[in-house]
Amino acid sequence: MAQLAVFVLDTLYSVAVLVLISAGLGIIFGMVRVINLAHGEFLVLGGYSAITAHGLGLNIWLSMLVVAPLVVGMFGVVVERLIIRPLYGRLVNTMLATWGLSLVMVGGLNMIFGNTTTGIPLPVGGFSVGGYQVSGYNLLLIVLAALQMFVIWLVLGCTRFGLLACGTMQNASMSAAFGVNSSRVYMLTFACGAALSGLAGGVLAPLIGLTPGGGANYIAKAFITVISGGASVVSGLVASAGLFGTVSQIFTAVATPIAGELALLVVAILLLRALPSGISGRYFRNRI
Amino acid sequence: MAVWQQTVGAFLIGLVIMAALPLVADYYTLTLLVVYGILALSLGLIWGYGGILCFGQAAFFGIGGYTFAIAAINFDAAWPALFLAVAVPALFAAVLGAMMFYGRLGDVYLAVVTLVVTLILFKFMNATAGQEWVIGAARLGGFNGIPGFPTLHLPWDAQAWLIDDRLYYFCFVLLLLCLSGCRLLLASSFGRIIIGIRENETRLQLLGYDTHGFKTALFTVGGGLAGLAGALFANWSEIVTPGLFSLGQSAEIIIWVLIGGVGTLIGPVIGAALLGWLKFVFGQQSVIDNSLVMGVLLILVVLRLPRGLLPAFAALAARLLPGRGGGRRRRLLAARNHRPGETPTGHEGGSAHGS
Repeated sequence: MAQLAVFVLDTLYSVAVLVLISAGLGIIFGMVRVINLAHGEFLVLGGYSAITAHGLGLNIWLSMLVVAPLVVGMFGVVVERLIIRPLYGRLVNTMLATWGLSLVMVGGLNMIFGNTTTGIPLPVGGFSVGGYQVSGYNLLLIVLAALQMFVIWLVLGCTRFGLLACGTMQNASMSAAFGVNSSRVYMLTFACGAALSGLAGGVLAPLIGLTPGGGANYIAKAFITVISGGASVVSGLVASAGLFGTVSQIFTAVATPIAGELALLVVAILLLRALPSGISGRYFRNRI
Repeated sequence: MAVWQQTVGAFLIGLVIMAALPLVADYYTLTLLVVYGILALSLGLIWGYGGILCFGQAAFFGIGGYTFAIAAINFDAAWPALFLAVAVPALFAAVLGAMMFYGRLGDVYLAVVTLVVTLILFKFMNATAGQEWVIGAARLGGFNGIPGFPTLHLPWDAQAWLIDDRLYYFCFVLLLLCLSGCRLLLASSFGRIIIGIRENETRLQLLGYDTHGFKTALFTVGGGLAGLAGALFANWSEIVTPGLFSLGQSAEIIIWVLIGGVGTLIGPVIGAALLGWLKFVFGQQSVIDNSLVMGVLLILVVLRLPRGLLPAFAALAARLLPGRGGGRRRRLLAARNHRPGETPTGHEGGSAHGS
């Protein structure tokens, strides 16, 4: 019984991590239609912001949950203005330009922080279920991921900004004709996506040994979760993260973590072969 | 035939360049640049002419290198291994390509699938450190890779290894043969159909061509070329490691092709040699990080020269020298009309927002 509970918790945790690391990319791909290959480095930047803020004496929660998204969000504004703006509508070119950005960020972070592992302490302790020790922080991440998805759904579905954003992404010139400043909406949406990546990087910083090149470990997983999810930001993302998280956890439990990662990747390929426009392209058309 | 004459002429010019290059750099560096050139050519062919943006060309490169190493150890002979190192990646590309093209994956999804395949291979090869991972007599060696396999030697003298100048000339002649082969392939009816598919796949389908089959065939050729580059790389470095499959390697190939010029054959080769050399130069100092330079270059090229260096220079030359070389200008126009990264359908990939 306790073993089952731990397995369920572990599965939920791996789903939550997938949701957290993919949400920012999902917003940027699903809404702005830009494939941000610098996403992994956005995460790393968030992590480093949190660590630096914490090192300067700021409260750890504040540095993870406020400073990290703020810094990366502002960075996102700059990136959108300088690099992404001329490339809207040219999907492959945005991929290449953001790949360049990712190399620049790896190089820059390497020069600033050095090629070593840094970390911050876990802010919460663990507790035991039956004979097993469970990390309280993992539980917190699960709650945070659920909360984050709920907030995104709320913002997109129920607020004026969400409506304007969805409208602009569907037909920019039409919404511009209605008096919406579409270039600003694009910028803000991109910044929101970047901020979400920063948040993920901030909250994951205590769990991973952060290195400047560490983003590469996340970009592929985030990428396939988002692409397999399809164009619907919330429903697609939750569906694919749920599927991949469960598969990888099952294979991790019966074999090794490497087998789990490989199984995730293989399932992604098979899924894309079967559903070329992602899960939400097939099952959740025209939902958020 | 004009194409034959041009190809032979270009081949001879290439031989002159081959003889001249050792005056400016050492054989060891040059060999690597030539191998990179073949690798860049493999992507330049499928991306520039077939419109297939493969984010995982490093997968075929790595498979080529590993096949060579494993086969060379098992046969204790390098020449049969070289042929296998072309055949196995080509076969892999054929299977993967058939799965993707007959599955009608869009541009973005194709990029993701190739990226993911590269990642799977990278992770798998890193996880093969244990004793149980052997193929014949070859241990896969995990993160440390496979060292100490027999390398190529002169066919008539088993003791005369292809190293330094011999390896350089061998690789360069192979590069020239590959370039000429691609040139002739593109001039054939197969090549014309491939370019037609790049321009408008639906139209070619309506004309009755099995476009998926043609794309698969082109992808196979690209995989074989990348495999050849991998085998030559293995000969040069005398070790193969999972680093061959890394995302960074895939990124570099794309950067070479993009900077050299998508839609040309010689452009990617020049781009690879130029950037490989730049990397070498920047690697000798430690003030500025290497990937920072590469990244800035990539961004600038995407924003300012989306067609790459060679077409940009050629367009400049055509403007400065009006009225000369009609055929050349026609080809330039064709290259100009095709802008990399712009798919005719624009927003690819299952937009649930509709329009």
